[in-house]
Amino acid sequence: MDSIYDSLVEIVGSEHVSTQPEELYIYSFDLGTTEPHRPDYAVAPRTTGEIQQIVRLANREKVPVVPLGGGLSLAGLAVPLKGGIALDLKRMDTIIEVNERARYAVVECGVSQGQLTSYLERRHPRLMHSEPGAPPQATIAGNVAIHGQGDLAQPYGFNSDMVNGLEVVLPTGEVCRFGSCSISPYWYTQHPLPDVGLFLGWAGTTGIITRVSIKLFPCKEILGAGQFVVEDEELIPELVHRITHTEMAHDLVAFSQAIPPFSSGLHHLTISLSADSEKELDFKMELIFDDTLGEYIRRGDGGFLGFTRGQQRPQVSKTSDWRKGGGFEYVGSIMPVETYPECYRRGREISERHDIPYTVLGRVIGMSHAMMFSWTYAFNRADPETVRQAREALHESDDLVLELGGTIWKPGVYGQKLVMERMDPNTLNLMKKVKQLLDPNGIMNPGNWEVGR
Amino acid sequence: MTLADYKYADMIHRCFRCGYCKFPVNWMDVNSCPAYARFRMETYSCGGRLWLTRAWLSDEIEWTEHLAQILYTCTACKNCEEKCPLSFNVDILNMIVAAKAEMVERGLVPSAVKEFLENIERHGNPYGTARARRGEWTEGSEIEQYQGQEFLYYVGCVGSYDTRAQETARTLGRVLTRSGVSFGVLGSEENCDGNEVNTLGEEALFEMLAEDNVRKFKELGVTRVVALSPHSYNAMKNEYPRFDGTFTSFHYTQLLRDLIIGEKLDVSGGFSASVTYHDPCFLGRWNGEYEAPRRVLRSIPGVELVEMEKNRAGALCCGGGGGNFYTDFLGGSESSPARTRVREASATGASVLAVACPNCMTMLEDAVKAEGLEDSLAVKDVAEIVAAACGTA
Repeated sequence: MDSIYDSLVEIVGSEHVSTQPEELYIYSFDLGTTEPHRPDYAVAPRTTGEIQQIVRLANREKVPVVPLGGGLSLAGLAVPLKGGIALDLKRMDTIIEVNERARYAVVECGVSQGQLTSYLERRHPRLMHSEPGAPPQATIAGNVAIHGQGDLAQPYGFNSDMVNGLEVVLPTGEVCRFGSCSISPYWYTQHPLPDVGLFLGWAGTTGIITRVSIKLFPCKEILGAGQFVVEDEELIPELVHRITHTEMAHDLVAFSQAIPPFSSGLHHLTISLSADSEKELDFKMELIFDDTLGEYIRRGDGGFLGFTRGQQRPQVSKTSDWRKGGGFEYVGSIMPVETYPECYRRGREISERHDIPYTVLGRVIGMSHAMMFSWTYAFNRADPETVRQAREALHESDDLVLELGGTIWKPGVYGQKLVMERMDPNTLNLMKKVKQLLDPNGIMNPGNWEVGR
Repeated sequence: MTLADYKYADMIHRCFRCGYCKFPVNWMDVNSCPAYARFRMETYSCGGRLWLTRAWLSDEIEWTEHLAQILYTCTACKNCEEKCPLSFNVDILNMIVAAKAEMVERGLVPSAVKEFLENIERHGNPYGTARARRGEWTEGSEIEQYQGQEFLYYVGCVGSYDTRAQETARTLGRVLTRSGVSFGVLGSEENCDGNEVNTLGEEALFEMLAEDNVRKFKELGVTRVVALSPHSYNAMKNEYPRFDGTFTSFHYTQLLRDLIIGEKLDVSGGFSASVTYHDPCFLGRWNGEYEAPRRVLRSIPGVELVEMEKNRAGALCCGGGGGNFYTDFLGGSESSPARTRVREASATGASVLAVACPNCMTMLEDAVKAEGLEDSLAVKDVAEIVAAACGTA
């Protein structure tokens, strides 16, 4: 008999552990182009205590543990590269608290973006969180753990900047709280110490986030978006700079794509606004579309395509079916906004070289402090050649990010290696020390951020 | 059959497993796929089933009893179709049914499914009870045999054999009689409608049942059928036309609605209770009928209709579809969809959970007992509430 299996059954119950080929098959996959690797066990815990026991078991047995939220990173970050326990966290789906006045929510690690959006809409309609463009099954905790960003990124930054506190099961099994929740019943700030950054961006290699407090923001009565289009990509950084100066938008996204063909080569700016009254909306629209963008329209450099009221939340994406192939993956990067034109041109070249219709997008983070720029490559899951082409294009895009002075957002193993090759040696050594200190047995999501032991 | 021969070979890989299919209409959780809600492993989601089907048909994985059980936990509730935003969403359930059909073809179905299908083939019902006993539920009632009346009252397997559902069937008979509706039943001559057989993938048996029923109805001159079960209603309305079944089908709540509006049914006696209504999948998502039962309930004085958060197209399935009311692959846990659903009903504060389907009745009544809610929540069919209001209870 398999003693690890027996122990897991004792911890979570037989219905929530599997070594059956069907579960091992499904949990071996990422949804992108990463090659599958089978776990030895698929486990779905319900409590922090269960996770704690699983991690202690894994340490005793030297078995890898790979935490999984919505499974939508598309970078292979939850593929069990070295087998072990695939830990599906979605059963931990309780919204523990919404503090209306202090504007934060405390959620378990399996709470999805869609669930929180729906909960706030029904129970706290004056509050919203920054919802990423991922399908709504993406989890809040998974998203902050990979430095995700959402539809409030322009005024408020990355979602990981919105973390007020974390509860984490450390790789050695202790449960730690970070932020005000470590000394107080309130989860309202990540201060004073230690730094929640120990767990954000590490792809689950430094611990398992079990609870997270995130900031909420005012949700106004009217949500909508205006579309502005230009032909010259060189104008985008300037436009972004000027629009962000107004401090009126709550989301600002520039994109260009090959499909539909009539708009190929054009650059669209989606400028999202919110307001509690017509007066407020008129004021914001006037500042942006008349005072700021008007001169571009008058010069014939850009066009206003209209303003649409209402905003679909959660957002519904059909990207995966662009090629009727059920697959796409993108390289996300954090880039200076001024690199938009080069990102677009070089990304388009990569796409065309691999015979993939190009799609590029830049979401502005903060007051033009950065943008999350993505190059998306669709593939046909039934056609290995298109998967191979997409994978090559992704790797070329990873290379491009670093060449242009950017950083790769949530890099897969290939991108992680590129980043570590360029990293300051002392920084790399610190990463190594941190990992060794927190995870002496190297059980947490091994294969990711392998800095050597 | 290889993947290349599979009817949906050019489509099944298009599922990305984005997970929309797990959500209800209002996105409040990821628990609206009954099988996924019950087991919470990705394999049991609609996307998981599609990926496994493709892997099986392309020999990436071998058939196992577990694989068959995963496919047969699908209740065919259509929540996945409701939420999937992609253009092939109309076929995602068909893809799973086609995979089940392949298992039927190869003789690889779970034993409970095999038993279910064999019982229907031999006895015309899933319980394995003699055909001759199908009409016993009418004994002691004034319900007549069908002899050319305006409506054929088709009761279905659950209404004919399940003790609790028999009560509902008799009650509806009394209500129809009180309304002056001209109707009759087939009694022991009635056969299974085949709806579940169809969703279980036994295409040949379904065709046999459908052809037999259509032939019989034609011989008897049936032009209008009123069905107790939404499952029967669905088969007759949507499937029988391809077997030349040209009669008009109604679910009984549609008929009661029309009788009340036409003042042929007096419900002024009222029914004082707070009532929450559970949408059956084969009436709601399969046939878009959400209003008729609500219209009936709202017309009864004293009924305070309160909605569960998941209602209409977003309603959670009771877990009884796709033969699961018999095979019970989703039972045995507080996460069973029927138990989750009665907790949702209880959370509304209603004292009555109204149903319009005998399968839902049996599933939810058992769940009320399992949850220990007998003292606070009664499961009643809409027909029973109407009967109380018109003095025929």
